[in-house]
Amino acid sequence: MRIAVASGKGGTGKTTIATSLALAVEGRLVLFLDCDVEAPNAHLTLKPNFVLHQPVHRLVPRVDEVRCTGCGHCAEVCRYHAIAVIGSKVLVFPELCHGCGSCVTNCPEAALSEYGRLLGVLEAGSTPTGITFIRGVLEIGEPSATPVIRQLKKWAVTPEICPQVSTSETVEIRDAPPGTSCPVVETLRGADFALLVSEPTPFGLHDLRLIVELVREMNIPAGVVVNRDMTSDGMLERFCVDAELPILMRIPLERDIGQALAAGKPLITVRPAYTAAFRDLFERIQQLESRSIVV
Amino acid sequence: MKQVVILSGKGGTGKTSLVAAFAHLANAHHSSDSSSAEQMRLVLVDADVDASNLELVLQPRQLEAHDFIGGELAVVDPALCSGCGICVTTCRFDAISVPSAAESVYAKVDEFACEGCAACVYACPQQAIQMQPQRAGWWFRSATPYGPLFHAALRPGAENSGKLVTLVKQMARLLALDEQYPLVLVDGPPGIGCPVISAAAGADLALIVTEPSVAGLHDLERAWGMTHHFGIPTAVTVNKADIYPQGTHQIKRFCREKGLPLLGAIPFDLAVTHAMVNGRPVTTVNCPASQAISAIWSQLLEHLENPE
Repeated sequence: MRIAVASGKGGTGKTTIATSLALAVEGRLVLFLDCDVEAPNAHLTLKPNFVLHQPVHRLVPRVDEVRCTGCGHCAEVCRYHAIAVIGSKVLVFPELCHGCGSCVTNCPEAALSEYGRLLGVLEAGSTPTGITFIRGVLEIGEPSATPVIRQLKKWAVTPEICPQVSTSETVEIRDAPPGTSCPVVETLRGADFALLVSEPTPFGLHDLRLIVELVREMNIPAGVVVNRDMTSDGMLERFCVDAELPILMRIPLERDIGQALAAGKPLITVRPAYTAAFRDLFERIQQLESRSIVV
Repeated sequence: MKQVVILSGKGGTGKTSLVAAFAHLANAHHSSDSSSAEQMRLVLVDADVDASNLELVLQPRQLEAHDFIGGELAVVDPALCSGCGICVTTCRFDAISVPSAAESVYAKVDEFACEGCAACVYACPQQAIQMQPQRAGWWFRSATPYGPLFHAALRPGAENSGKLVTLVKQMARLLALDEQYPLVLVDGPPGIGCPVISAAAGADLALIVTEPSVAGLHDLERAWGMTHHFGIPTAVTVNKADIYPQGTHQIKRFCREKGLPLLGAIPFDLAVTHAMVNGRPVTTVNCPASQAISAIWSQLLEHLENPE
């Protein structure tokens, strides 16, 4: 079971919901993936001890100037303008390279080879309550978050991280980055369920619409958590009814909750009564997910 | 012409509400002093192209809409494909598979995974794959009560958000140069990756809006790491500063250590949310938050004028 917690808008409480869900699930191996590699925060709440560290590299080309004839074929095949040929000199712009390898395989002189350029690091450990926690951290100044997320997901299913032969008993919870562009898509890819956290404000609703459009296109069943719930115009509720999107949980807007979360406390520690609510939430997610398989 | 970008690292710290308030203040006519130093003609940019919210507060009138063609997608011709699978092993993005189902043995492209590199096109022995340009979104020029707004809508799931950010910023800068606007104000996206780097590029000042939480501080460090890496002058402001005073204290200490100017602090104020719900900048009402934001706006302009 792979649950991605996403939102569209930033700061709606993805990490708050994802961490308490992870803490509330009972009797299953829980694997937590912090996929917000640009601004990873879940470790501040779940407090894992990181014991494994693994760099993420992207393969970028290097030119053997002895072999290179300056024919320019590499620059022609590159769709990212990461290679330019000036005169007979080949210039590589590593930060534009996506690491597709086209230039290398298409060089008639075999003058290009590849080396690994550091994009970020993956880290793994376990939390005091026994959750297996892994995260990716994007190198500062590096634009490409997606490959770090992709590697994190691959790492999650290796025996090093998930030793169980059967992954069916594992609950994988992915804390997504905000937005609806490529890093979010990579986080959602392969997820069985998308838990969408929103708030009853125009910003929250606007961005919920966008993320719903995305999960529908990707065929991922979804439900909504309304965070910072307060008296509102009912627009969010109306949207959810029209979109046939179940509202699975509501968290009220209360100052003391905000204060405790700011200090890094899990929501279910601040409000122990929510433990049962999060267990129900997990049950509902399982029901909704299995129903979507039948349909 | 100066360029200011509002960033945060962590999402939801109040970037957009702050930008809307600044836009209002830059245009506000103070009855006592009609040529106030805080007044300034500006061009606005919403660089959060995959969750653009500035338009919800500024209620723009759209003047132009343009397609954004961003990147290409590999498309397989089933009639030519032999199902050999060379493309599958060539693709480094796990975007192609050849399903083993007996009735359809040809390569299928996962459009969400394809990065448009065309490696499969070059590798295919049957020449069965072609690249097709994709409309990845739209960009708009609009008029708001506070000045021109350049904004965009990336199609959910589309690639090239950084390219689209660069495009809308370029359009805004061109207009600012043509019509002699002294300031371009950019509402940035959360995070520190590709669209954020594009939003911050060329800025004279990045204002990082953070909040007093362990996450806010952590992401402030990363956002500042990014602006510092690219040599962009940076200042900080704290939103909802009174929610967790200990966190505000830690942010102040961080700013002191790094020599970052701290331009005021905004108290937690439900008036900010109400203003957003009503689609108005918060500074249109008199409340503790709007008073704090006015002070920050003055400090920001002063800092832009005389960076020490």
